[in-house]
Amino acid sequence: MSIEEKQNSLTSQDSDSIEYPLNEKEVSSFIKKFYKSNFPVELIGTGSKKKIGKPLQCAKTLSLSKLNGIVEYLPEELYIKVKAATPIQKIEEELKKNKQQLAFEPIDFGNLLNGKSDYGTAAGQVACNISGPRRFKVGSVRDHLLGFRGVNGRGEIIKSGGVVVKNVTGYDLSKLMCGSYGTLAALTEVTFKVLPAPDAGNTLIIHNQKIETALYFLDKAISSSNDVSGAIFLPKEQDVTGFKMNIENTFKLNDLKQDGSITAIRVEGSKKSIEQRMKNLVNELKISNHNISILESLQSEIFWTKVKNLDFFLSTNNSIIRIVIPPSECVNLVYQMSNKFRYYLDWGGALMWMEAFELSEEMFESIRKKVVRLGGYVTMIKNSDYLPFVEDVFTINSDRFNISQNIKKSFDPKRILNPGKMYTGI
Amino acid sequence: MPKVDRKLISKKAEIVASLKKILKAENILDHEDQTRPFETDALSAYKQKPLVVVFPENTQEVSKILSYCNQSRIKVVPRGAGTGLSGGSLPLEDSILLCLGKFNKIINIDFKNRCVVAQPGVTNLSITKAVEDHGFYYAPDPSSQIACSIGGNVAENSGGVHSLKYGTTTNNILGVEVVFMDGTISRLGGKTFDSEGYDLLGLITGSEGLLCVITEVTVKILKKPQTVKAALIGFSSIEDGGNCVSEIIASGIIPAGMEMMDKALIHATDDFVKAGYPRDAESMLIVELDGSESEVDELIEKVNSIAKKNKSTSIKISKNDKQRLKFWAGRKAAFPACGDMAPDYYCMDGTIPRGKLALVLKEIARLSKKYNLPVANAFHAGDGNLHPLIMYDANEKNSLERTEKFGADILKYCVKVGGVLTGEHGVGVEKRELMCEMFNNNDIQQQIKIKKALDASSLLNPGKVYPILRKCAEEGRIHVHRGKTKFPDIPRF
Repeated sequence: MSIEEKQNSLTSQDSDSIEYPLNEKEVSSFIKKFYKSNFPVELIGTGSKKKIGKPLQCAKTLSLSKLNGIVEYLPEELYIKVKAATPIQKIEEELKKNKQQLAFEPIDFGNLLNGKSDYGTAAGQVACNISGPRRFKVGSVRDHLLGFRGVNGRGEIIKSGGVVVKNVTGYDLSKLMCGSYGTLAALTEVTFKVLPAPDAGNTLIIHNQKIETALYFLDKAISSSNDVSGAIFLPKEQDVTGFKMNIENTFKLNDLKQDGSITAIRVEGSKKSIEQRMKNLVNELKISNHNISILESLQSEIFWTKVKNLDFFLSTNNSIIRIVIPPSECVNLVYQMSNKFRYYLDWGGALMWMEAFELSEEMFESIRKKVVRLGGYVTMIKNSDYLPFVEDVFTINSDRFNISQNIKKSFDPKRILNPGKMYTGI
Repeated sequence: MPKVDRKLISKKAEIVASLKKILKAENILDHEDQTRPFETDALSAYKQKPLVVVFPENTQEVSKILSYCNQSRIKVVPRGAGTGLSGGSLPLEDSILLCLGKFNKIINIDFKNRCVVAQPGVTNLSITKAVEDHGFYYAPDPSSQIACSIGGNVAENSGGVHSLKYGTTTNNILGVEVVFMDGTISRLGGKTFDSEGYDLLGLITGSEGLLCVITEVTVKILKKPQTVKAALIGFSSIEDGGNCVSEIIASGIIPAGMEMMDKALIHATDDFVKAGYPRDAESMLIVELDGSESEVDELIEKVNSIAKKNKSTSIKISKNDKQRLKFWAGRKAAFPACGDMAPDYYCMDGTIPRGKLALVLKEIARLSKKYNLPVANAFHAGDGNLHPLIMYDANEKNSLERTEKFGADILKYCVKVGGVLTGEHGVGVEKRELMCEMFNNNDIQQQIKIKKALDASSLLNPGKVYPILRKCAEEGRIHVHRGKTKFPDIPRF
């Protein structure tokens, strides 16, 4: 932020600085005004994921919460077009009526970050691009955003994409919107691809495995023809003071034995097909003699909702870190961790969620170095009381930083939209 | 096309000498006889020989070439296998054509991370060939997959017949190595899912060679499904076929592939490969389902009853893989079959919401009469991607111009009913002037600003995708023919 911008920011923080535009046109006029007067602006929906990224010091806040409502939902065309701040829950309820879903499994970060369930808004999901356990099979938010309308940092209304899955007309700006944390445009309308919801979903659980064998099973299951849609490993933790992550307390399911670590594999589809694929899995993994159990539909659903929404960490004041790495490097990383960390693995080992006790910035950077060396990246999802601020929340290298800075300028030349939210200087 | 820089052309010898410092002499083609084979891609109606053709052998050479061209203000047109259908790698008279043909190796097959790292010149099909003995495959399968390169697939975001269930290129790649116009080499993505910061991988996928040159691609591979079966269904009207498609999707089935053909194409392809198609049908569907055996059987049964409900006139279910592939043989021969029917054909590529199919086909039939040109229609019904094949005779006076107008009218209608100009072939030079049908000035200017952010002097593949005249966006469509415009001096993007 320039000195002038900072001064503006300080002056205006005294005044009533939240604006609630009622429609796209108003979003555009507000941003045009801010552009002219060099007022940096923070964009928010419900604020469910506001704590991810660096805290902003902005003169103005633009709440998009009034842009709420389903614009068009055509189940047979497999898309839903909604105004930006339409709550995800409202969208999911509507889709449910037609046995459809947002296949990327939106995550409820509300509990973890604010102590209250909140799936946030459509635009919020797009801005953060963080997807649930099904990601390795169906893709993330980026793979489900067909098109959008929004307002760039000059206040101009722009659009890209459409309502169809096959579209190569012009650059795919929808991809750029995903994971841009509101730094490129204020979204006003988004169109998601929707998919049929499976009739049922069962979960095969292999108990008490070490990480090496667990990862072997997960890899084998994902690399099979059994169309696996969830693959996690929840290690059995030692009782160490300071940690909140607790698998046993999280799951109180009748059919779930509490017997060491949990290696869980989800299969979804019609009942008959699930039955066949479960049988195949047990045969192909050669685990008929292992300690296994199966969670049927309802319990399976509860299980995966808890996994997806990070319920293990809910009452923690420790730092929560998200690590994405090539699955083959996962074990390597776990070996390098001290007892200051608790973790579980999702996406068959390609995603690691980590709770870190008394994490210092140096320790965080040292994890980042290790992960980057292994070909992955690290995000600080929740700061702790111990470490309330980190300089680099997200991972980037200098090449990509330079390109990103140019891209940012092309949308928002004066850096007024969520400046610094992702990276200093962007 | 952009104004030709005659001064630059006069310096050809100097340019070739500079290139010889970067590349082996045998990798530089500068004689007219050598450059002629590169004067067109698969949109052969447009031809233009480049100044020089170069074949770099590694990323460093690509970087040096681009850096030299950037400093010397020389335009560069990248080219993969040259199978593009929208003129995306059509050379410019004053450009260097940068061919990735020597980047033809698979670098790494990584089953642990379920991905393959390949150089961009590797063909789409050879990736599947390299992993199929382990039961894996690469999902996007454009019909040119035997020849088209994976780098070209990324540049065009190619699709294929399985896009509804398995996505297009953008959903099936994990990372790329690219070189920007200033010579910077960058890695975007890797072997992980998604990447942090702006999704630059997503941005360059489908950017038609305007933002960077791709020098390496990491693709996701999938395990082959246990069972694949296909149903061949005939209907006595287009409407019935269209309704059947909508009902299959609405019932919660996502077929691996769903293809529709009209009567003209049923006959053309059946004559060509004797696929056993229902010749009396007005429209025909191929519905392919994959998954576990019990699942596929269940779905085939469902499709069967939906088809009957929608007045199907014939249904055949594939009994084995041989028969299934025969069902597909006709569809896959759609282009050569049309080539058999007329001296020339022009393949269009719009996407529409599935439900608008009957409406759009009716309009195409009306336009066919208006322009007096026969047309056959192939439709990726699963994902709404329509390929009308307009047949004409290039030797007839004005026939190409008429064909292009006919094609443009079809695409405009696709946009009018809520669809888009191009589903998988790209905008290239072909649909450039139609961009204003879909985007307004703000939209186009934002895209051009991104172009400038990554290629400040607009030297990489200029003249493609965006309308040449900036005014076009403000004033609606202006037809620019062979570069003859009223305002040649207005700055180009």
